[in-house]
Amino acid sequence: MNEKTINRRIFNNKLYKIFVSSFSFLSIIPLFLIIYFVLIRGIKYINLKFIFSMPKPMGELGGGIFNAIVGSFIIVGVAALIAIPIGIMVGIFLSEYKEKKFTEIVKIFVDTLQGIPSIVIGIIAYLWIVKPLKQFSALSGSIALSFIMLPLVIKSTEEVLNLVPVDIKEAAYALGAPYHRIVLKILLPSGSVGILTGTLIGISRILGETAPLLFTAFGNQFLNLNLLKPMSTIPYLIYVYATSPYKDWHNQAFAASTILIIIVLSINLLGRFIEKKWKT
Amino acid sequence: MRKDKAFKIILLLSGFLIVALLSGIFLSLVFSSIPSIKEFGINFLFSKDWDPVNNKFGALPFLIGTLLTSVISLLISIPFSLSISIFLSEILKNKLISNIFQTFVELIAGIPSVIVGLWGLFILAPFMRTLQLKLGIQPIGVGIFTASIILSIMIIPYSASIGKEVISMVPTEVKEGAISLGATEFETLKSVTLPFSFNGIFAGFLLSFGRAFGETMAVTMVIGNSNKIPDSIFSPGQTMASLIANEFTEATTKLYTSSLIEIGLILFIVSMLINILGRLIIRRFKF
Amino acid sequence: MENIILKIINLNAYYGNQKVLKNVDLEIYENRVTTILGPSGCGKTTLIRCINRLHELSPGARIEGKILLKDEDLYQIEPMIVRQKIGMVFQKPNPFPTMTIYDNVLAGYILSGIKLSKEEKDKIVEESLIKSGLWDEVKENLFKKGTFLSGGQQQRLCIARALAMKPEILLLDEPTSALDPIATSVIEELIIELKKSVTVILVTHNIGQAGRVSDYTAFFYLGELVEFGKTTEMFTVPKSKKTEEYLIGKIG
Repeated sequence: MNEKTINRRIFNNKLYKIFVSSFSFLSIIPLFLIIYFVLIRGIKYINLKFIFSMPKPMGELGGGIFNAIVGSFIIVGVAALIAIPIGIMVGIFLSEYKEKKFTEIVKIFVDTLQGIPSIVIGIIAYLWIVKPLKQFSALSGSIALSFIMLPLVIKSTEEVLNLVPVDIKEAAYALGAPYHRIVLKILLPSGSVGILTGTLIGISRILGETAPLLFTAFGNQFLNLNLLKPMSTIPYLIYVYATSPYKDWHNQAFAASTILIIIVLSINLLGRFIEKKWKT
Repeated sequence: MRKDKAFKIILLLSGFLIVALLSGIFLSLVFSSIPSIKEFGINFLFSKDWDPVNNKFGALPFLIGTLLTSVISLLISIPFSLSISIFLSEILKNKLISNIFQTFVELIAGIPSVIVGLWGLFILAPFMRTLQLKLGIQPIGVGIFTASIILSIMIIPYSASIGKEVISMVPTEVKEGAISLGATEFETLKSVTLPFSFNGIFAGFLLSFGRAFGETMAVTMVIGNSNKIPDSIFSPGQTMASLIANEFTEATTKLYTSSLIEIGLILFIVSMLINILGRLIIRRFKF
Repeated sequence: MENIILKIINLNAYYGNQKVLKNVDLEIYENRVTTILGPSGCGKTTLIRCINRLHELSPGARIEGKILLKDEDLYQIEPMIVRQKIGMVFQKPNPFPTMTIYDNVLAGYILSGIKLSKEEKDKIVEESLIKSGLWDEVKENLFKKGTFLSGGQQQRLCIARALAMKPEILLLDEPTSALDPIATSVIEELIIELKKSVTVILVTHNIGQAGRVSDYTAFFYLGELVEFGKTTEMFTVPKSKKTEEYLIGKIG
């Protein structure tokens, strides 16, 4: 154990710290690169006209994305309306029936559902809704998105309910309260922040999803409020415009991306912020 | 009392709903793949002819494309992801900066993949083109390698946060045992901390791999959409997911659609296996 | 004839602004067992963590004062070297779970990247395990992982691991508080044997243990050294009132 080896080991230690720190900082650079380049090219095309007017026919300059904005709002809204109540119920189930074998199985199934590629979810929604109705529809898109949002709501609900101290439940039992009231009036309210987190993170996720909409909601150059007809959405519009040969559409894709990325990341950050509050 | 019973039944039913949902998904995929399975059998996996005109379909180019992009992106992501895990759990001591850094890492996963694809198509691909010109290769810009780079950026947050969780869980007394023997932080990490966390870190990478396997939009926009088996990593190619994204709405015959759905079935099965394996490893990982 | 091996001179230890050790002056004699005795929170663990420079790894931790090992200032040399000369055994047995028993004993060498021949390794492993009284119980299972051992055996493995580095001083931080009475007495007998080859500093709040194994005792209370002396003398005729109160159970 001489002078030279000690110095070499100290040097290696310093080297390791430098490597690990550098690689870590390099890893987050893409975040800023992406946001920067999208914003810088997109922001100049955003104005009230862009937001509130309809798209022009293919090849013509100008136009806006109003139908896509409305469409995203509706499709995500309906998806959330489906995913939230079911997600909460499953979350309650997983938390209340913790030790049972069946619960373990359901947990694995929820994990599996979460891991299914979103394009495959799109296929399912196509087979279950588009085919029978014989047309693309906003409803099929919503259902596809609800499958994606479901595991997120389930997990947040289960997690937050597991954190509710047992004594609160026991106090309610001791007062003679019926089970369903304990769950609905005591358990759920204490867990509301966690459920909110799951909802926010779920919404930010499905707002940006494109793959499941490719052959379900499809797209629509007109403003459509009918759930049984195809509907435009922002991510779908971005995809179509970006892969088209028209430069004006490319610019619009960047502009739409700027709007989308700001909304999605804001909701995501909000969800995280609330999550940190109740997780500590 | 009766309301309670009904309530409990509803809860139980919701559990069954999930089981039914997943089983339904699997069965639907299988059922719709039957025409293709009947027609091509096991050769579907080994044939490279994707020929809609003649109604002949083979999945090999897309299996290769998916494997190439997933494996390459995983390999690229490993040093970065591991560095972040170690950085956040062992090196960065300030809680506030650590939280901010971790938020940045996880925000990458929050960017919609179509926007990552947009960036890839309009900023990364031209960059790759210049690079390829310098290297004397065909300056296409898009292709397997570009898609792999995009994927690696997208999957880093998954393995990084699992890795960080797992490394943070190494008990202090085990690490102090090494320090008290005169080890440096690096030596402690190498011989004690990392071996201890190996299972969890491996599971994290498995999950990342699964994510890369099924990613659609960003890949579709930068992979070049060529249905031939790629001859180099700079060639354009096609993954299973990008194929479905591109051709599903154009599928004219029943067999065409069925083949595409069969590819979706393969995606489902592989992702499911990877996911279950990864989560099993994490759950078993209690020392 | 007592040789002084370790001198602690005017030591003050801090966690941030909180002072946990105040003006400690202490001399440790070679090849003797010295107990650092006192109630929880008196600073005894902090003291030994200052000796092997583990204290400074905590956020906001620092010291003032000197610690000399045979006239060498421990805070003027690399911490790694200090820790190779001064070994530590922890309260909760912490063998490395991913290493075999064999490798656990050699861990100090493995971690530092020191290469030894097979004969050298075998010799160190056998000697260290014999010295810690574990050899007969594990010699058939050297290449199994150490986690199947009982608590007492794991602790003796950790002692062997520390002894393998041939330290001049062995610090024991409440080594038996997590063990059952039988395992405890095995280790207490071991401590008495060990002082022939190494100087032992034992931290404990257990008065009985201090009485059973140690030659000298240093009694600490709220971060200050209250009294130091031969254990037998201190326990029968304590010089300070605080010491007396602790020994009869009035405080602590």
